[in-house]
Amino acid sequence: MRGAISVRIVLLHVAVVAVLFLLQFVLPTYHHGVMARVMVLAVFAMGYNLLFGYTGLLSLGHAMFFCAGLYGAGLTVYHLDWAVAPAFLAGLASGLALSVGVGVLVLRTTGPAFLIVTLMFGQIFYLLTLYFAEYTRGDDGIVLSQAMRRLQFGDTVIDLTNPANRYMAAWILFSVVLFITLALVRAPFGRVLIAIRENEERTRMLGYDTFVSKLAAMVASGVICAAAGAAYALLFGYAGASFAEVHFSILPLLWVLVGGAATVLGPILGTLLMFYLVDYSNDILNAYFQGWNLSYLGVVGVALVLLILFFPKGLLGSVRERWVKWLP
Amino acid sequence: MAAVTPLLVTRGLSRQFGGLKAVDAVDFELQQGEIRAIIGPNGAGKTTFVSLVCGRVLPSSGRVEFDGADISRLPPHRRTRLGIAYTFQITSVFLNLSAYDNVALAAQRRHGASGSAGLDADVRAALARVGLSDRSEELARNLSYGHQRLLEIAMGLALKPRLLILDEPTQGLSDGEIANFVALVREIAAEATVLLIEHNMHVVMELAQKITVMNFGRILAEGTPADIRANTAVQDAYLGTGSDG
Amino acid sequence: MSFPFLLLATLEGLVTAATLALMAIGLSLVFGVMRVVNVAHGEFFMLGAILAWAVTTAVGGHPAIGFLAALIVAPLLVGAAALASERLVLRKLHYEPEATIVATIGLLYIIQQVALTFYGPDARPVVAPFTYRVALPWFGYSGYKLAVIGFSIILLIGTWLVLTRTRAGLIMRATQYDRETAQAFGIPVDRVYAWVFALGAMLAAVAAVLIVPIQQAHYLMGHDPLLLSFIVVIIGGLGSLRGTLVAALLIGLSDGILSVFYSPTLAKIVATSLVALVLVFRPQGLFGKTAR
Repeated sequence: MRGAISVRIVLLHVAVVAVLFLLQFVLPTYHHGVMARVMVLAVFAMGYNLLFGYTGLLSLGHAMFFCAGLYGAGLTVYHLDWAVAPAFLAGLASGLALSVGVGVLVLRTTGPAFLIVTLMFGQIFYLLTLYFAEYTRGDDGIVLSQAMRRLQFGDTVIDLTNPANRYMAAWILFSVVLFITLALVRAPFGRVLIAIRENEERTRMLGYDTFVSKLAAMVASGVICAAAGAAYALLFGYAGASFAEVHFSILPLLWVLVGGAATVLGPILGTLLMFYLVDYSNDILNAYFQGWNLSYLGVVGVALVLLILFFPKGLLGSVRERWVKWLP
Repeated sequence: MAAVTPLLVTRGLSRQFGGLKAVDAVDFELQQGEIRAIIGPNGAGKTTFVSLVCGRVLPSSGRVEFDGADISRLPPHRRTRLGIAYTFQITSVFLNLSAYDNVALAAQRRHGASGSAGLDADVRAALARVGLSDRSEELARNLSYGHQRLLEIAMGLALKPRLLILDEPTQGLSDGEIANFVALVREIAAEATVLLIEHNMHVVMELAQKITVMNFGRILAEGTPADIRANTAVQDAYLGTGSDG
Repeated sequence: MSFPFLLLATLEGLVTAATLALMAIGLSLVFGVMRVVNVAHGEFFMLGAILAWAVTTAVGGHPAIGFLAALIVAPLLVGAAALASERLVLRKLHYEPEATIVATIGLLYIIQQVALTFYGPDARPVVAPFTYRVALPWFGYSGYKLAVIGFSIILLIGTWLVLTRTRAGLIMRATQYDRETAQAFGIPVDRVYAWVFALGAMLAAVAAVLIVPIQQAHYLMGHDPLLLSFIVVIIGGLGSLRGTLVAALLIGLSDGILSVFYSPTLAKIVATSLVALVLVFRPQGLFGKTAR
């Protein structure tokens, strides 16, 4: 039956999560570290996908939600000596508050105005991180020491700077958010979001207050992105204003487009591919074209243009269209 | 006869677009359980009138009452929740969703987050009623035009409305499909009041208990099919213009 | 606050307003006629600036010669680049709003990469065509800056005349008003789009050439002007020419004056917040018509 979560869907996602779990035992050190980072960033992409892919709202200000979590957790640890767990919750709470506040305002607009107004709110957030440089240390950012990044359960202390612990923490966050996303989009709520994307007026005529649904999507998206930001600060020990720049709002858009908008597994696939593509292409291109100053700019730009021209549904979007119709 | 509150009442209902009076001071009443047809030439204001009733368009002046309560300023989704369902003149199903999901969208709001089994039963019942059971998994965009119209009606039914507004439901249907449609509306009328905008006079004469004729945003005449047939003003304004007779 | 100080702030504001108006008219034209939100507009500005540096460097001789050459060559090259991206990318996407936004974001990065590769990461100055200083009773003021204001006004009047008094302008306005009808009347909408996109980019490039003797050329310089032009176009009412001009004046002047009073960051925060709220509560802009 469509709409519900069938056994094969659960199996597929459990398998993906299991593979990611097992990878930590076989990956070499460098890739082990990359994978932990990719899982955290994929959470960011999953949050973005909820709003962009499923609800059809193109935001260019999502870096602010990531940073709400990043600073919500980072600043409380750094300045207030909070422990890791409450700091993570502070990150989530910041994301919640920001997404409700911003959502109520920006959702009054539609179309290009929505894009521009989210871009502006993102910019305001970025400027605020610079303006309050006394606390955020602006572009330099704050670095959380090893002592600040200890997760304590009773007598057990987990050091989050340890790569194995870091991988596990990233994996747990990723898995939880993956299954939350899956449940959300397969629930009646997800169906309403897709309906809004397809035809908002028709949805309203079916008795839905679409503003409330869009706000709910915005808040869910904002909190998930904030969870990614909070985890990033705590696991990698750094929070800086560069994460609030518009570029960091465009990256999740790219990751989601690569993997496939409105697919549950698209974000992790897109994030993983783009991370390695940018990483490797930089090394390879700069080895062959010395002095050309090739950077992520060119790769990201060419990827965006080629994708939208020839592969607008992304990898999993095309897979679903052609072969695996039941893919959520 | 005891005074029964009509299901739907409009008083002095008007809507202007720029200088054009699309709907001009319409007083209208609809009784519970009726099948009413609104006819009139193109541009007579029929669609604007029902849009004012279901809330897609807000009135310039006048009021709309549903079941005795003033709903003139309610947003459309609140009116839908009160039991007013509108099926669009231009087919407006969700093309990239399956027929099942289309109907589920209409039905699920009543079920809330809980009973998915009840939801499933409702969806299947609505699809069965319009004869689309075997197409439930198909994407709406792959359905034929006639089937899309039926899906639209199934969505209206799944809302379990008290008032179902059908805007030109038979447009583009074949004769066989129209016959099925007439039978379907008769069935629906057992539970809901039906307000029908229709150009096909055969369908109107067969279904409607009363007919309202609109022209230039006003009500020109109102009466039983026999009355309307005999009305010379209506013949001049509408039937004489060469629309379907 | 003394009068000379205020006068200085106003003059600086006018320079910003003048070039901003040129750039914003380009953005507004593209949005108005094509319904395309061109996120790469700031990069056409940047491209104009670094091409101005390249041309002035190549020409040599008296700075004025190189500058005049840049004023002609840079916009033409930028227009050609815009034309190419319109034909190769935007047209292929049938101007579908969401797709064109993603595509112009891609173009933004590609243009930045091209600039970084061929121009490098440094900020470089262009020598002004003349260095005459106008002696005011309170201070001396750059004659070049005054010339920028004057030249921008001439260009804006020119653009306005083209749009309102010529056949080409009529065609553009007809296309903006109703694409289908324009097509039915035999207007080659497809070609109009291409030229409008090129013209929009060229206006940004001209603004950049004018500004580059005041502000150095750098491959990341397109970001702030893009945001400011967005602000101007929105405040002026999307697609409205007169509104765009008034808004450019308003934003340019307040930008100049605010940054004298406050820290530039705070000024930007206040300005951006105000504009965002305008967009939220008056989406049609301050000067736009209510119903479309």
